[in-house]
Amino acid sequence: MEWASWSEFWHMAGYGLYVWGSYAVTLAVILIEVILLKRADSDTRRRLKRMQQWEEQ
Amino acid sequence: MNLYTYASPANFYHLAGKLIPWFAWSAGLLTIWGLYISFFLAPTDFQQSEAYRIIFIHVPAAWMSMFIYLVMAFWGAIGLAFNTRLSFMMARALAPTGALFTFIALWTGALWGKPMWGAWWVWDARLTSELILLFLYVGIIALWAAIDDVRRGDRAGSLLTLIGAINVPIIYFSVKWWNTLHQGASISLTKAPSMAAIMLQGMLVMAIAAWLYTIAVALVRVRRIILERERHTDWVKAILEAK
Repeated sequence: MEWASWSEFWHMAGYGLYVWGSYAVTLAVILIEVILLKRADSDTRRRLKRMQQWEEQ
Repeated sequence: MNLYTYASPANFYHLAGKLIPWFAWSAGLLTIWGLYISFFLAPTDFQQSEAYRIIFIHVPAAWMSMFIYLVMAFWGAIGLAFNTRLSFMMARALAPTGALFTFIALWTGALWGKPMWGAWWVWDARLTSELILLFLYVGIIALWAAIDDVRRGDRAGSLLTLIGAINVPIIYFSVKWWNTLHQGASISLTKAPSMAAIMLQGMLVMAIAAWLYTIAVALVRVRRIILERERHTDWVKAILEAK
């Protein structure tokens, strides 16, 4: 274990902004991709189903 | 069972549906393990102090940005050569995640460059060729989106992917061919690794997690593309009615 305390952990020897800025943005863009993907998936299914019902009439 | 069964979109749709949770869960678990190594097992670097911990996302993301592009080019080439529908769909499904990892590589690179080199960005060979990779991804996605005719779009996008593939060896070897601020390859096939084994292990675990994540999201995306393109078939109608 490298860290004596949590504040030392967050401080990252003065490089906290750079290290956490990297990890936070990576996490954020991955979450955005997953959310957009789920939304696009249900949108497509709904749209195709509507088109199908419309064609059947 | 014949392996070619899964070249049919209908069969592949069902297979992908079964595989996605496995890839997604193992990606999540490996990420947790990788982060634990990155922050709690890997020691402080004697030159770069704690700033070097950016390596555990920077290097896997940079690898992924290049690998995904090559896989896309592979599927594009197969599609162009054999006119296989599913290959083009795979190429399309990979592009957004490739662009995502390219962005992450550039972003984390900037945040690492500032404390170590004193600059967020420099126009050197490695950084510039990686930026061109991002433009290639965006250009290919835009081209696909711009052409309504699916078959023409597939061909045009794959052709652009193949032409752009020349950029990948340029990125990889840029640190050898030109004088650059960027450090050399972290791992080489011909030399023993120059870093501590635990750091290497952390990077590899994160890279495998990134692979599994990429496969999971690409499969979700390819399933959507399959539904869209096969919407007039009976099997898709049955799926949509079931929900």
